[in-house]
Amino acid sequence: MAPLLEIRDLHASVGDTPILKGINLTINAGEIHAIMGPNGSGKSTMSYVLAGRDGYEVTGGDILMNGVSMLEMESDERALAGMFLAFQYPVELPGVGGMSFLRAAVNARRIEAGEDEIDQLEFVKLVRAKAKHLSINDDMLKRAVNVGFSGGEKKRYEILQMALLEPVLSVLDETDSGLDVDALKIVSDGVNLLRDPARSMLVITHYQRLLNHIVPDYVHILAGGKIRRTGGKELALEVEESGYVGIDDAA
Amino acid sequence: MVATQETIDTLEEATGKYKYGFVTDIESDKAPKGLNEDIIRFISAKKDEPQWMLDWRLKAFATWQKMESPDWAKLDIEPIDYQDIHYYSAPKSGEGPASLDEVDPELLKTYAKLGIPLDEQKILAGVVAVDAVFDSVSVATTFRGELAKVGVIFCPISEAIRDYPDLVKKYIGSVVPVADNYFSALNSAVFTDGSFVYIPKGVRCPMELSTYFRINEANTGQFERTLIIAEDEAYVSYLEGCTAPQRDENQLHAAVVELVAMDDAEIKYSTVQNWYPGDENGLGGIYNFVTKRGACRGDRSKISWTQVETGSAITWKYPSCILQGKDSVGEFYSVALTNNFQQADTGTKMIHIGEGSRSTIISKGISAGRSQNCYRGLVRIQPGAENARNFTQCDSLLVGDKCGAHTVPYIVSRNPTAKIEHEATTSRISEDQLFYCQQRGISTEDSVSLIVNGFCKEVMKELPMEFAVEAQKLIGISLEGSVG
Repeated sequence: MAPLLEIRDLHASVGDTPILKGINLTINAGEIHAIMGPNGSGKSTMSYVLAGRDGYEVTGGDILMNGVSMLEMESDERALAGMFLAFQYPVELPGVGGMSFLRAAVNARRIEAGEDEIDQLEFVKLVRAKAKHLSINDDMLKRAVNVGFSGGEKKRYEILQMALLEPVLSVLDETDSGLDVDALKIVSDGVNLLRDPARSMLVITHYQRLLNHIVPDYVHILAGGKIRRTGGKELALEVEESGYVGIDDAA
Repeated sequence: MVATQETIDTLEEATGKYKYGFVTDIESDKAPKGLNEDIIRFISAKKDEPQWMLDWRLKAFATWQKMESPDWAKLDIEPIDYQDIHYYSAPKSGEGPASLDEVDPELLKTYAKLGIPLDEQKILAGVVAVDAVFDSVSVATTFRGELAKVGVIFCPISEAIRDYPDLVKKYIGSVVPVADNYFSALNSAVFTDGSFVYIPKGVRCPMELSTYFRINEANTGQFERTLIIAEDEAYVSYLEGCTAPQRDENQLHAAVVELVAMDDAEIKYSTVQNWYPGDENGLGGIYNFVTKRGACRGDRSKISWTQVETGSAITWKYPSCILQGKDSVGEFYSVALTNNFQQADTGTKMIHIGEGSRSTIISKGISAGRSQNCYRGLVRIQPGAENARNFTQCDSLLVGDKCGAHTVPYIVSRNPTAKIEHEATTSRISEDQLFYCQQRGISTEDSVSLIVNGFCKEVMKELPMEFAVEAQKLIGISLEGSVG
């Protein structure tokens, strides 16, 4: 059975600048992998390359989800195939209501699957149920997407989308950035609720702290565009202690 | 509801092609091409008009002949040969049906295709009365019974000229004088139909009034004339929505709309304009040269114009308000979208005459493809308008890098107590925003539609509900092919 995600010798550039220089990573269903690394190591680039963002060119290697190569797929197609990216800096969509946006995303999925659009009332009930766990109330959903949202509100709204879309692979790009202790707890609890033996997560973070809440099965250290070390959750603690210096030299 | 059904049908087909591009095959009762006194007499006779109306038309024609087409707009217009147009075209179906049974079934089929109900039962559910205009003759008017009970008159203007001549005489040409501009003079000479609405004192019109227009024959300019009068403390909400078939030759649409609001009266006029915009190479399409003006004659009177313009090859219109009454209010909410090779020079004029008069202008221009979109607005404060207030917000959204957005605001203040605010923004749909939507599984086109509708939200929420839904879908469809 093919792994949920397989990244094979992935090379990618932004414009003319090579950023990823040969990434190899396998994630099986139900696993949580963490990626840590110094600034400029290519962590965010990796998340964008996985999601298929324009301007990020794959120059070698492959990305396979459930054995199927994603390289020819557009970003919306990859999303419909079950990939979700929780952004580090979620962008504002002025005038687009929070609920409307959620409904558009949910319906896109349903139509792809050959189903009808979701019933209004059923949808509101569904959203409320999931929103409760993230301390998101109706008022927040009436506002335009991310407009004027605090850092915590933005991250909680990202996780709400994840809860509604039920992706098989979630990439969480520095989900802890900009969060205070309480917000971190709420977001982490929300993410942990979505753990499932059929689903996997790739948690990208700078700091070990998040990994106390979202405990990973594997930790990888990304530096200079390559994965330099892989270990269990203790690796994160080790890096916290000794920093990233010297990691580049290994491998 | 009509608009919703139309919208759903449109979405179901979802090919992005102009859905209403078909022609009804009916023998037309057409005037020969050309514009001269005989044609005007022909029109007047066809409409069975009294002498005073014919005289008015002929005078207007004489005025028009002395005028020249204006060319100050930021528009590239192929010269129009006014002799090469049919000024009258009516489907041959008798003098006017007393009931739907008498209407030519082909005609009924056309309206069914457009999703316009002529069945009174169906309308009862939707509570919108429709005065259906097919080419130059009103085919049927529904719900007159209900309206008659409260004294509201809602009928084709040709009927009003015959049945309520005093009312028409009193108001026609009083808000838009014949000689106001080249196209109002032309319209005054050859208008063939439109709506007449009269709301008596103290009456709140019990339902929204609506008219659909359609131009059918090749080379037929449709010139409709609408007159809406709201007496003291009256209220009416009027919806105007248009479709037209696919054509190669440009078709001229030079309408005139006059609104009059007396003391404490309010007129809400909403338009969703979906005329054929020309093909992706800029061939064909409707010329929409319209003069719309509202006179807030009474104290505390209010006139609101809300428009969503996505069609026409060229849109040239400035729905305006003359704020004569004390504390009168004028509003203009507009979304003007141009794509491919469309052009628009549109905006509003708010003329403040009365003390305490207030106006609000919210204009959202969306340019895509190779189109050119110009907002032109005038806020004029006359010397007597103590404490007048205006707020103008003018936002442009550019989609792609081959289109243009232009803003020409005029502010003329002759009273130092006036407060005038003007804000303007220009933006593009950012790649970040598109990616965010796409990453949620939303297609590129749906993402653009979502973002653009968000951009237009402030205007969309002013539209009556049934129009708002249709308008949102229209925006999405009109932007197809503009990104990527």
